[in-house]
Amino acid sequence: MSKLNSNIPEGNLSEKWTKYRSSVPLVNPANKRNLEVIVVGSGLAGAAAAATLAELGYKVKCFCFQDSPRRAHSIAAQGGINAAKNYQNDGDSTYRLFYDTIKGGDYRAREANVHRLAEVSTNIIDQAVAQGVPLAREYGGLLSNRSFGGTQVQRTFYAAGQTGQQLLLGAYSALERQVGMGTVQMFSRHEMLEVVVIDGKARGIIARDLISGKLERHFGHAVLLCSGGYGNVFYLSTNAMGSNVTAAWKAHKKGAFFGNPCFTQIHPTCIPVSGDHQSKLTLMSESLRNDGRIWVPKKKGDDRKPNDIPEEERDYYLERRYPAFGNLVPRDVASRAAKERCDAGYGVGASKMAVYLDFAFNMDRYGRVEANKRGLQNPDAATIRALGKDVVKEKYGNLFDMYQQITGENPYETPMRIYPAVHYTMGGLWVDYNLMTTVPGLYALGEANFSDHGANRLGASALMQGLADGYFVIPYTIGSYLSNEIRTKNISTEHEAFAEAEKEVQERLNKFLNIKGTKSVDYFHKRLGKIMWDKCGMARNEQGLKEAISEIRELKAEFWNDVRVLGALDEFNPELEKAGRVADFIELGELMCIDALNRNESCGGHFREEYQTEEGEANRDDEKYAYVAAWEYKGEEARFELHKEELKFEAIKIAQRSYK
Amino acid sequence: MSGNMNLTLKIWRQKNGNVQGELVTYPVKNISPDMSFLEMFDVLNEQLISEGKEPIAFDHDCREGICGMCSMFINGRAHGPKEGVTTCQLHMRSFKDGDTIVVEPWRATAFPVVKDLVVDRSAFDRVIAAGGFISANTGNSQDANALPISKFNADTAFDAAACIGCGACVATCKNASAMLFVSAKVSQLALLPQGQPERYRRVQSMVAQMDSEGFGNCTNTGACEAECPKGISISNIARMNRDYFAAKICKEEEVN
Repeated sequence: MSKLNSNIPEGNLSEKWTKYRSSVPLVNPANKRNLEVIVVGSGLAGAAAAATLAELGYKVKCFCFQDSPRRAHSIAAQGGINAAKNYQNDGDSTYRLFYDTIKGGDYRAREANVHRLAEVSTNIIDQAVAQGVPLAREYGGLLSNRSFGGTQVQRTFYAAGQTGQQLLLGAYSALERQVGMGTVQMFSRHEMLEVVVIDGKARGIIARDLISGKLERHFGHAVLLCSGGYGNVFYLSTNAMGSNVTAAWKAHKKGAFFGNPCFTQIHPTCIPVSGDHQSKLTLMSESLRNDGRIWVPKKKGDDRKPNDIPEEERDYYLERRYPAFGNLVPRDVASRAAKERCDAGYGVGASKMAVYLDFAFNMDRYGRVEANKRGLQNPDAATIRALGKDVVKEKYGNLFDMYQQITGENPYETPMRIYPAVHYTMGGLWVDYNLMTTVPGLYALGEANFSDHGANRLGASALMQGLADGYFVIPYTIGSYLSNEIRTKNISTEHEAFAEAEKEVQERLNKFLNIKGTKSVDYFHKRLGKIMWDKCGMARNEQGLKEAISEIRELKAEFWNDVRVLGALDEFNPELEKAGRVADFIELGELMCIDALNRNESCGGHFREEYQTEEGEANRDDEKYAYVAAWEYKGEEARFELHKEELKFEAIKIAQRSYK
Repeated sequence: MSGNMNLTLKIWRQKNGNVQGELVTYPVKNISPDMSFLEMFDVLNEQLISEGKEPIAFDHDCREGICGMCSMFINGRAHGPKEGVTTCQLHMRSFKDGDTIVVEPWRATAFPVVKDLVVDRSAFDRVIAAGGFISANTGNSQDANALPISKFNADTAFDAAACIGCGACVATCKNASAMLFVSAKVSQLALLPQGQPERYRRVQSMVAQMDSEGFGNCTNTGACEAECPKGISISNIARMNRDYFAAKICKEEEVN
């Protein structure tokens, strides 16, 4: 028997979840009060799970490294959240959202999970509105929708360019309500540094109080990791500075398999890098592609200002290559197309590593609509533009301001310069249908798991998945495990497994401080990022990946010999925190390259140069690679062992992905 | 790529909350105008580490102006000289070569210093926990479009909800008042039909918690609105006061 059992319920795809939900074992309210659940992370998945489990009666402890749970990086999501409401009457349905997500993920996601996601998507919007999340509305008082990449319906709900913020604050307020009632104990400025496993089951964590530096032992009947993605392995990404893989990586080393680590998403519309000092990249929401047109000059090395380049000398390359979806192709396709143009010498801006995202056309279109509404006869071009500018300002004002602040250029007057950047990681801890990892009692939710986005995530689906997992999946599926734990008494944190785990953490922290090397943590992080971006980024090949693996091993040895971490253990020490995170990123980086090297095909965000069609599109190999690569940690020497979960497509006919 | 600005920084250093702090002077060289203020701090910290000195602790996370974690009081102004931005979005092009820049933590009784420029803002979480929510358990909701909300109210609620909880309002207020922060949440929920059942209970609970945390009162100087990186309007305070008085005068029995 394979070690991987995805525990997908029997039956018709569209009925699996309903049936399972109605038959999953329950825990009676009196017993819930005696069961403790640890939630690591307070983003959409973590806050939603912690609040909902507490509402159900479980005793919850929630941890975050930030100073408040409201600051989790879900807050930075801009564009929107998908839901199959079909409010626009444009033909949307659960099946269509399911289909778009599977296709968008290049047929590397699990059908049953994705269908469940599409089913509960509508509940999320209802829940958010009930909590007072101010989603955008039309004058009639009903909710508004916008389009996103990879779909031909309007199903994306939004709150200006701050949808993640508003949804997270909704979940945060639900969480704080439980904190106020004493059902959730919140541990801010705490970082989880180890999972405690007793008799094969996850039974708690070791966390460091980041202010006092003290290590703490916490028991839980189950542990939920909602700790986000690992895009910061690239150093430069759109992730927050603190976003890290540490919680997931500790779990991996304690037996949780890591699924599809090489599946990373490069977002096509970010503000280009301006210099070596750069610490992070800023996203310009995908929703801008609704109203912007992407182009480069038709002539190589054209140095004219964008507004001086006449229409007929512009190459709207997405519209040219993909007429059916145009500027709204999925992210992986748009990113590769931008890279292709820049590599071929058509890039713009000082670095020539950028393309234009131009709003002039749509500003004029909106302007004419506004002029009509106001009954203006034959308005001149300037009036039209001014009216259109106001419309665009209302839709995307904060994004345009952000762009201007960072680049010093006014995007209302001149096109934005954009280039792809690391944004999201589809890979993550392998989980079954219940969201449980290969360690019983240890769960992974949201971006921290691998499950729903295959090899490429569609825009506005991350918020959907995080909240689906937290509000509507785990509260049911955790019953199948906890119903068997009602006789398990709280295990004392004096248990030797806790002592052992704490000792390991303590020794590791001591080690960082005792190396007393010459280079800062950031120095190593930047070097790791460069290796990953050059050799395991938007395009990968066998030789590069092999080089990357050996370079990362060398880097790891150098890090453990020469890193300089100042300060002490028993105090607030951000450098020490960073050192632990970067040490884990280095190990993860190697696994990502191993995974990318193993997958001899191109699919979604994983583009192996050896495997492309004559037109430069990804060449998938369904015969050999229609599986989830789940890696088991085998120790320092034996490294990683591959396990395969075959992906079976029953409801969808697997086909070459075309957006032409 | 490095730039050509040379600056003198005077930065608040304080080992922890139990000891005295002081301003320490650091020169930094070759700063690029394209750097963000925090990237300039990264450069300084790299320099300190290479000299074997402990780097400066400061709060930051998303570096795109939305998480609300960054919190520096720069030349006497919360988030620095530029309006409508957080410290992480402030760029060095807002300064000149040769400038002296003084950087301090948020100062307020309710925000004790943790270390250097890092303060403890957990009082804000406790204010929200006291009532900054709508009591709607997961799964109880009706269809989202069953309750039409006028665009004006939805937009005004959104404007209030845009608060990032950074605490600039408190830091900048001579009374260290948290009224802008508290009123933004009170307003958001009071403007929406979903928020009505708990409207008067909420405002009283939140104000009571705010007072118990040691925040000062509002004397209408408007400094909070001027320094808020998200442009939260002081009219929210008026709305909160109105609800608070209404609750105290007419609705008190509803809240015990």
